[in-house]
Amino acid sequence: MANNIKLECRGITKTFGSVVANKDCDLDVREGEILAILGENGSGKTTLMNMVAGIYFPDAGQILIDGKEVSIASPKDAFKYKIGMIHQHFKLVNVFSAVENIALGTDENKRYKLSAVTKKVIEITQRYGFMIDPDKKVHDMSVSEKQTVEIIKVLYRGADILILDEPTAVLTPQETEKLFAVLRRMREDGKSIIIITHKMHEVLSISDRVAVLRKGEHVATVNTAETNEAELTEMMMGEKVDLNINRSEPQNTADRLIVKGVTSVNDEGRKVLDDITFTAKAGEILGIAGIAGSGQRELLESIAGLHKLSAGEITYVDPKTGNDENLRNKTPIQIRDLGVRLSFVPEDRLGMGLVGNMDIIDNMMLRSYKKGFAFVQRKGPKDLAERIIRDLHVATPSATTPVRQLSGGNVQKVLVGREIAAAPSVLMAAYPVRGLDVNASYTIYNLLNEQKERGVAVIFVGEDLDVLMDLCDRILVINSGKVTGIVDGRTAKKDELGMLMVKSTSIAENKTEGEN
Amino acid sequence: MAEAKIKTPLFHIAKRDPASMKWYTGVIVRAVAVVAALIVSGVLIMLLANINPLEVYSSMFDGVFGTERRIWNTLQDLAILLCISLAVTPAFKMRFWNCGAEGQVLIGGLATISVMFFLGDVLPYPVLILVMIVASIAAGVIWAVIPAIFKAIWNTNETLFTLMMNYVAIQIVAWFLKMFVKSGSGVLGAMPEYGLPVVGGKQFLLNIIIVAVLTAVSFIYLKYSKQGYEISVVGESENTAKYIGIGVKKVIIRTLIVSGAICGIAGLLIVGGTNHTISTTAVAGRGFTAIMVSWLAKFNPLTMVLTTFIVVFLDRGAQQISTAFGIPSSISDIITGIMLLFIIGCEFFLRYKIVFTKHAKEVA
Repeated sequence: MANNIKLECRGITKTFGSVVANKDCDLDVREGEILAILGENGSGKTTLMNMVAGIYFPDAGQILIDGKEVSIASPKDAFKYKIGMIHQHFKLVNVFSAVENIALGTDENKRYKLSAVTKKVIEITQRYGFMIDPDKKVHDMSVSEKQTVEIIKVLYRGADILILDEPTAVLTPQETEKLFAVLRRMREDGKSIIIITHKMHEVLSISDRVAVLRKGEHVATVNTAETNEAELTEMMMGEKVDLNINRSEPQNTADRLIVKGVTSVNDEGRKVLDDITFTAKAGEILGIAGIAGSGQRELLESIAGLHKLSAGEITYVDPKTGNDENLRNKTPIQIRDLGVRLSFVPEDRLGMGLVGNMDIIDNMMLRSYKKGFAFVQRKGPKDLAERIIRDLHVATPSATTPVRQLSGGNVQKVLVGREIAAAPSVLMAAYPVRGLDVNASYTIYNLLNEQKERGVAVIFVGEDLDVLMDLCDRILVINSGKVTGIVDGRTAKKDELGMLMVKSTSIAENKTEGEN
Repeated sequence: MAEAKIKTPLFHIAKRDPASMKWYTGVIVRAVAVVAALIVSGVLIMLLANINPLEVYSSMFDGVFGTERRIWNTLQDLAILLCISLAVTPAFKMRFWNCGAEGQVLIGGLATISVMFFLGDVLPYPVLILVMIVASIAAGVIWAVIPAIFKAIWNTNETLFTLMMNYVAIQIVAWFLKMFVKSGSGVLGAMPEYGLPVVGGKQFLLNIIIVAVLTAVSFIYLKYSKQGYEISVVGESENTAKYIGIGVKKVIIRTLIVSGAICGIAGLLIVGGTNHTISTTAVAGRGFTAIMVSWLAKFNPLTMVLTTFIVVFLDRGAQQISTAFGIPSSISDIITGIMLLFIIGCEFFLRYKIVFTKHAKEVA
């Protein structure tokens, strides 16, 4: 295999306002290799690659392709140099088929025959082992299929350098394996592949070399075979870190939230929740695992009173009185008026849990503004905001800074802090560490564990199976709105969870019936 | 080598970091915008009309502040436009695109004139005024709440709906004039005897006082009341509002009742406090100008006094120069347009900055 340097970045610098995203970054990618770019959130991985892909233009530095300096001012330029990037958020037209999406934007001036495009697409899929129906509409596709379309789109345009931004974030372990197999075949074909990630085990399993970025600077590039997880983590963080979740044995567990036969139908008449039954216990963390969009969001929203049910019951057992309260089809206000102390950290932090353009104080007020007569009281929220900033080490210029200007980890601290401040007896958190760096993630895990030890029933929806297995006492797996199994977090196996996540629902029905 | 020449863009646009922006940056950018506007329109004035621009600018000042009467007129225009701007603000803050202020004000005015016309010699004066107030507010509310209900329940597009309601209002006024103006001229004679009382011997003083009070109340309502807080939350993120249990439908309807009521008051001030008659063009596009005024002030009622003043100043100044220099009104409109373009356009430079590419290495 030829080992010429395909792409080289020299001294790339990029700043946004006062924020330095990349500082004097050097990077090289060889022909026929898979290079992993590893770094925490906000370390400048994506920004650096966006400059190679023509989304941003560097403030300083040079990019060389095949040893020649080039200027990439737009994605179009990037295509000219055979660079293609697959972004974290897919950019596809929903009502178009795979082939139509792939043809879109190529040869703008000419008419093109879709049949010819289809033929070439099939050629590409066979060559690299993709599984895709070229005529399937994007809105009918799973996340993994959409990603496949994005990759084929880039290959169709003849890319030799492929950049994948966190490609496995939305995939199951099985889908990830398939993707990696495809990537390996591309490498053998002489393509240069850059994969941006912060998952250590993936780096070790797929890449030939690893480039580590920290705070916008290139720390080092090492051969994967000659390194290990501890060394990479240290490079990434700049210090040795102890990455252990302290899972205590559940104490004084008692049924807190009993969900029975919960079923919900969406606007299109599809069952998004189908006969879901489980019990969340006080003093334990119940994990919920599943492929993105399996009904996790709807389930939590149903409990929080934001989603209408067509069948089933949600019963809350009051820890003080022992009375049962039925929460089905009650609004969030009615639930609160019943004295149910339910806190909810939703998946969409700035779009649901918080108001991005409001400052921290006004966001604290979301939970308390109803108190008092006609006018809002800002004193209480202000004290709470200051307490959270102090206790959770929120990095912010002041309590009057709009939360949109904070980094992802700090936004999440503000949200989780507010929800925990309500002294909940049930705490639901959906993907609470998504997009957070390692340190912030562990802060959140510790907060959840603290709540568990205080006797709160914690429900944790996660996507990283390793974390679910380290953090949760029990793990509920759902697939297409159905429960496919509840396993013990201490003894669960990763492939077992993966199987449950993709298990066809007809078998699932038998399984859940058998368990009942 | 053909490829050796590297095209580097001269500059690119970067977002400003609001946290690190100095307080004076805003002042400088806006001042530069005004100066640039004056220079550009000055050049145009010389080219198109061959007049000394300095004379034109001083004549604009003269038109706005030149005499006591002109000052009163300026304040009156300011009051009415500010009133309509205050009216659209709660709706826009809630991201409800109320483009129907024109119709809501006009229908409020129609309610006022109807009371004056039909009940003027029936009711005792204090009762008449009371009925006028109630009728104008009720009319404005009805006109605003219909699209709000449709939006809240069926999620219809409020922009189109409110726009269409404008035409309905205009046509109802046209019908009213055709039916009840006996002379057949279509022009209704003024009825100052049934109008709002004159305070302190100054014709427009009452209007100005009412709007000043409204401004203060609006500011407190939006910033310190629970309802104002709910408006902000619904406007920023409907999902967040649902998440914390705000009844979004209720807030939409309630806010448009507020918005429509203030529009009704604006109609009352135009018809009952100023013109004492009505025509289909009584609002004169101010229902739309108000949207711009409100946005420019970022929905802050106190800043809105200033943005309203800018618009009124340009408008009255333009009228003055077209009469003073005998130039076509289109030229003064061009000047107004340029000024507004620069003032609004500079907002872009407050959010973004232009970064020139540093040439690190010399061209070989």
